[in-house]
Amino acid sequence: MLKNKLATLLIYLVAVLITVTFICILADIIIHGFSQISWGYLTESPSDAGRAGGIAPIIVSTALIVFLAIIIAAPLGLATAILLTEFAQQKTIFAGFVERCLDVLASVPSIVFGLFGNAFFSLYLGLGFSILSGGLTLACMVLPILIRTAVEGLRATPDDYRFSAAALGITRTTALVHLLLPTAMPAIVAGLILGIGRAMAETAALIFTSGYVDRMPDSVFDSGRSLSIHIYDLSMNVAGGDSKAHAAALVLIVMLLIINAISMGLAKHWQKNRIISNEIII
Amino acid sequence: MKSLFNPINHSPQNDIDRVERIAEPNSAYTLGPLESGSPCCDPEPILSIKNLSLHYAEKMALDNVSLDIYQGCITALIGPSGCGKTSFLSALNRLTDMIASCRVSGEISFNNINVFDSALNVQHLRRDIGMIFQKPVPFPLSIRRNIELPLREHGMHRQTELDERVKQVLNDVGLWQEVKHRLNSPAQALSGGQQQRLCIARALALKPKILLMDEPCSALDPISSGVVEDLIQSLRGLYTVVIVTHNLAQARRIANYAGFFWVKDRAGSLIEFGKCQQIFEAPQHELTAAYINGSRG
Repeated sequence: MLKNKLATLLIYLVAVLITVTFICILADIIIHGFSQISWGYLTESPSDAGRAGGIAPIIVSTALIVFLAIIIAAPLGLATAILLTEFAQQKTIFAGFVERCLDVLASVPSIVFGLFGNAFFSLYLGLGFSILSGGLTLACMVLPILIRTAVEGLRATPDDYRFSAAALGITRTTALVHLLLPTAMPAIVAGLILGIGRAMAETAALIFTSGYVDRMPDSVFDSGRSLSIHIYDLSMNVAGGDSKAHAAALVLIVMLLIINAISMGLAKHWQKNRIISNEIII
Repeated sequence: MKSLFNPINHSPQNDIDRVERIAEPNSAYTLGPLESGSPCCDPEPILSIKNLSLHYAEKMALDNVSLDIYQGCITALIGPSGCGKTSFLSALNRLTDMIASCRVSGEISFNNINVFDSALNVQHLRRDIGMIFQKPVPFPLSIRRNIELPLREHGMHRQTELDERVKQVLNDVGLWQEVKHRLNSPAQALSGGQQQRLCIARALALKPKILLMDEPCSALDPISSGVVEDLIQSLRGLYTVVIVTHNLAQARRIANYAGFFWVKDRAGSLIEFGKCQQIFEAPQHELTAAYINGSRG
C-alpha cells in the first residue's frame, strides 16, 4: 500500500518537476524579453552588434535556412521511408543497413554536421558561407528524424489496408497514395514539426556553414545569421546584449509555436478532406 | 435476380441421384442447402486446384490439396483453426504473393488460365477473384469513395457510370436504403455489419466471377451475421462463392459443397470434399464425422 503511494507520489513529482522547469524557462524568457519586443524590433536591422535595432534580417535568414532544409529533406525522407516500409517488404540486409545508418546519423552531434557541412558544401562544392550550405547541412541533420517518424507512421497503418487493397486489384502505388500516406499523415507531420524545431534551434551546425553575418541576405548564396546563432552571439560575445537575447529567444519560441499550429491544422484539414470528399483525385 | 440463376437442365442426373441416396435416411432433419436453394449447382469447375502445397519459410501449411470449385455454387471450407483454410483461400487470388516467406507449389487453373503464370496480370486476376476478410476493412474514405476507388483503378472514370454502379451494388447488399443519404460520410462510422456489407459491395462492384470469403461473419453480432448470411445466400448462382467458416450450422445452411480441412503431420490437408449434405450427413472419413459431431476439433 505504502509502496504504491510512494510510487504515485514519485511519478507526480517527476511530472511537476518537468512542468515547472518548462514554465521557469518560459517565464524567464518572457519576463526579460517581452519588454524589448516591438514592431520596430521585428522590422529593423540590428545595430551596435545587436544591442540596438531589430532582427528582421535574422528572421529572414532563419526562415530561408529552415525552408531550404525542409524542402530538401522532406521528399528524400518520405521516399526513403516508403522504400523501407513498402518496397523492402521483409527486413532485407539492405533495409537493415539503411536503418542502422539512420540511427547512427540521428545521434551524431550537430557540431560534427557543422564540420562536415563546412568541408563538403562550403569548401568542396564551393558554396562558401551561405544560407544554401546551411540549409543543406541542416537537411542532412533532420533527415534521420523525418525518415524515422515517417517509417513509424507507415508501419502503424493497418496491414489490412494493404491486403484489402491488393485483393481488389489495386496497385501498391494507388494504395500508398490514397490509403497509406493519408493514414500516416499525422505521424509524417509530427516528424516534420520535430525536424523544423530541430533546424530552427540549431546553432553549432550553422556557425561553420551559413555564418553569422547579420545583414539582410540578397540571395541564398549570401551568408545569413540564424536566430539561434543571434541568441548565442548576444549572450556570449556581446556585453549588455542579454535582454535582446531574451527577446530573440521569445521570437524563436513563438515562431515555433505558430509553425506547429499551422502544420497540425493543415494536416487535419487535409486528412479530413481526403476522407469526406468525393472529388476526382486520380 | 432469380432469373439469373444458372439453369438446372444440364446438371448430370446421376450426381443428384447419388446425393439423394445419401441424404435419404434423415432428410427430415436437414437444414441443408440442397432443399433451400440449390437448383443453381451445375458441377462445372471454374477453379481447379491440383496438388497445391504451401510453405511459410520452412513450415508447411498446406499439403497437397486438390479440389474443384464449381461455378455458381457456394463451397464451404470447414475445419479447426490453423489447418490452412485461410492460406488456401489466399493462394487462389495469389494474395500469398504479398507474404515474402510464402512459397506455393502445385497448379490452380481458373477458367483454364494458369493462376501461377508469372506473366499473368495479378490485378486482373484479383478483379475476377474478389476476397472478403474476417474483419471488415472499410478504407478511411467516404462510403462512396470506398466503392469508387477500386473502380477507378480498373479504368472506370465517368461519374455517371460510377454513381450507377455504386447505387447498384449498395442495393445488391441491401445497404442502399440505409446509406443513400450519407454516401459522403466516412465509411468507418458504419456499424460492423454494415461495414462488412460495404466490403462485399466493394468487391461486387468489380463484377468478380468468384468471391472468396474468409469467415465473413465471425467478427459480427448474431443479427448482422444473419443479414450477411442471407446476402451470401442471395449471391448463389450469380457468383461462385468459396467461404471459410467455423460455424458448422452456417456452412450447412448455405453451402452446396463442403471441404473439410484437418492438420495431418503438422500440415493442413483436405480430408474430405463433397456435396454439403453428404459431408454433414454421411461423412466418409472418421475425422470428418468426429469434427461434425463435435467430438474432435
